[in-house]
Amino acid sequence: MNGTSAGAFQRSSLTFRPQLARNRWNAVFTGLAGLATATAVLPLVLVLVYVLIKGGSLISFSLLTQLPPAPGLEGGGIGNAIVGTLLVTAIAALIAIPVGVGGGIYLAEYSSNGSFASFVRFGTNVLAGVPSIICGVFVYGLIVSTRIFFGQSYSAMAGGIALAVLMIPTVIKTTDEGLKLVPQDLRLGALGVGATKMVTITQITLPAAFSPIATGIMLGIARAAGETAPLIFTALFSPFWPEGVFNPIATMSVLIYNFAIMPYQAQISLAWAASFVLVLMILAANILARWLSHLARA
Amino acid sequence: MTSYSPSSTASTTNQSDICLSLENVGISYGSNEAVRNVFMDIPRGQVTAFIGPSGCGKSTVLRALNRMNDLIEGCTLKGRVLFDGQDLYARNVDPVEVRRRIGMVFQKPNPFPKSIYENIAFGARINGYKGDMDELVERSLRKAAIWDETKDKLKESGCALSGGQQQRLCIARTVAVEPEVILMDEPCSALDPISTLKIEEMMHELKKSYTIVIVTHNMQQAVRVSDMTGFFNVQSKADVEGKVGCLEEFAPTEQIFNAPSQQATQDYVSGRFG
Amino acid sequence: MSLDSGPDLFTLRRRPASDKLADRSFRWLSVALASLVGLVLLGILLTVISGSRPAIAAYGLAFLTTSNWDPVGDQYGALTAIYGTIVTSALSLLIAVPLGVGTAIFLTENIIPAKLRNTFALMVELLAAIPSVVLGLWAIFVLEPFLRPFLGFLYTSLGWLPIFSTDPQGPGMAPAILILVVMILPIITAIARDSLMQVPPELRQAAYGIGTTRWGAILQVILPAAVSGIAGGVMLALGRAMGETMAVTMIIGNSNNFSWSLLAPGNTISSMLANQFGEADGNQVSALMYAALVLMVLTLLVNVLAQWVVRRLSLKYT
Repeated sequence: MNGTSAGAFQRSSLTFRPQLARNRWNAVFTGLAGLATATAVLPLVLVLVYVLIKGGSLISFSLLTQLPPAPGLEGGGIGNAIVGTLLVTAIAALIAIPVGVGGGIYLAEYSSNGSFASFVRFGTNVLAGVPSIICGVFVYGLIVSTRIFFGQSYSAMAGGIALAVLMIPTVIKTTDEGLKLVPQDLRLGALGVGATKMVTITQITLPAAFSPIATGIMLGIARAAGETAPLIFTALFSPFWPEGVFNPIATMSVLIYNFAIMPYQAQISLAWAASFVLVLMILAANILARWLSHLARA
Repeated sequence: MTSYSPSSTASTTNQSDICLSLENVGISYGSNEAVRNVFMDIPRGQVTAFIGPSGCGKSTVLRALNRMNDLIEGCTLKGRVLFDGQDLYARNVDPVEVRRRIGMVFQKPNPFPKSIYENIAFGARINGYKGDMDELVERSLRKAAIWDETKDKLKESGCALSGGQQQRLCIARTVAVEPEVILMDEPCSALDPISTLKIEEMMHELKKSYTIVIVTHNMQQAVRVSDMTGFFNVQSKADVEGKVGCLEEFAPTEQIFNAPSQQATQDYVSGRFG
Repeated sequence: MSLDSGPDLFTLRRRPASDKLADRSFRWLSVALASLVGLVLLGILLTVISGSRPAIAAYGLAFLTTSNWDPVGDQYGALTAIYGTIVTSALSLLIAVPLGVGTAIFLTENIIPAKLRNTFALMVELLAAIPSVVLGLWAIFVLEPFLRPFLGFLYTSLGWLPIFSTDPQGPGMAPAILILVVMILPIITAIARDSLMQVPPELRQAAYGIGTTRWGAILQVILPAAVSGIAGGVMLALGRAMGETMAVTMIIGNSNNFSWSLLAPGNTISSMLANQFGEADGNQVSALMYAALVLMVLTLLVNVLAQWVVRRLSLKYT
């Protein structure tokens, strides 16, 4: 009645038999993959727990509003570093957003995949791969050592520019990709009623791609806010309140780096507190960015 | 029925002729009910066609027959699907074993990005084939009527073939593991008429050794290839929003197309809707 | 309504010259901003190359093969940092790739419910958002003390191997490698997950349809189909690991004394830059620029290699 079952294949019952080699391997691999996932998630949990416990317990109004103490003294706060991080990140965003969005517009709307466009794309990828410390070296050579800003060497401006160099590739890529998601019909529609290319881009395509671009920029800013390497010898550090954008400035990330290796308990505590504030800010920005993109999709 | 052994099913001739039996099958995707109340006995060694308008659940039912629906998250099945008298959805059934004995050909040709030879050998190897692989590859490609076109380029990628050739390669791949049943989900919908004809001719050959269940949009195709036809339809039900698929009529193909017992079947096969 | 709406209803039928000018300037503005990328890249190259010229002239290729870093005697050799850079990034990759790909598989195949999968995936992505300097702080005060007994055990039991031949006394290469794993794991996981999700569903069905088990399908069909994307992600992670600065600087010990041992303090090029660049002068600046050039060449090589690997491995689908 069943001609095929006499073939070259051994027929077994349909019952699931866990002792079969293939089912054993299946279980082993599933276990390994689960273990890998647990290992990948574990550091996040551990780091967050430590930062919350060690840093969160220290948070008080005075900590957020005072200057760090002199070495060996107790108390103090990280007020200047919080202001500094916000300021330097804002400078970086103010530079990187126009440059990055402009470059992205060129790639998505104007370039016809010619050699210049592929050069810009290649350059963007290479720039994204440049180690962040090298961005610091570059800005040091360009701005700090040449004292190009009113004879000032280390400055918040230099730090902001170094962070901007890091952010630009991210912003270009998200703008390029975001604009490419806008349906071609929308563009043709606008051009079809006689709009110029500029009007089409600024009033039709850019608004239509707002959400992915905003999400990407938000993530870029969050990443820049936590960067330390480009700031160590551009923005340097300062134990005082910010004195304008052309002077050295304290940031939370450099504060953590400087204070973590000091032999004083007060400074180490401040490093944990700064970590707490920084991580909270960055996670909030990340979650906001995700929520933004989620909102637009729904 | 649960204590299955091959000899016990042969006790009555009638029962041994039934390959797959659906008992009050209902399938839902999450809270969306796709199809309900399907009763059907699919005979062995024949070609059974599923026809019906889009969204009537015919592909869903087909995919339930070898548990491909397991891959879709949130897909649940009520009722029983019996294969040689054994419930395919019983707790202790291994879906991998089910798929080895009930093969499937998909709507879109989906060869592996490997050589033509490997496309055939891969399935055979994982099914524990011990015989002469070259011979098996040739035999399978011959059965799928694609040997002549591919015998000189077995080392080339399966993805380099034309759409119709790819689909026949996929059939050869399915045949190579010697299943008892072959399920075909609109196997010709992406193909040109000549390739379609070739595959239909092949099915006449294949049904000598396999039970075939085919979903088709093309009523002429159902007439040409099948012995039995199930007509699925969508109906509004009082208890749910939207429409739910159901099996309207299941009968010999000749009867479905010439003297259907249901008005809806008559309307559909005469082209009045759908 | 009349079809002929008259000439006076549209005052702007003729585009004013300013309109054209604005359109054209906008275009050139975007071109200018795009070329800034090239300028910055050029600037970085020029800064590093011109800065390193004195050192190249003074130390030549011996810079790459000697490990004597002596600012007082004005003698520089970067072997310790180059060895540290290559060893830390290679070993961290060796650990992170299986973990990351395993995680990506676990979070794409339907092993656990979708809700749980997405939560875990989000957590891994958030791990990437934690600043490197915070991980460094955590490594100094939590990871390294926790690790020390284990590393000590490696030393006492396997000390005859050159790579475990020193007694761990705190910061060193081994904790730096582990913190690098934490940093590149999210990159590998995210890219591997993307590549796996892009594998056409038809291919998955084909594998299951002829009766493979879940892992048969994953290992023999799905992973090979995703391998080019995964390899690209791995290379990207390698580049990131080589350039990573802060966490490594804080935990590696910043020693310029060459040692094969992973348990000894070491250095990487980027941590050397972070540590010394601000206070260096004279030949030391140039030597550091030379080291930066080596780092850039290494990362550039990895980037080019990445694109080549991706092209080489990418399979053709119809």
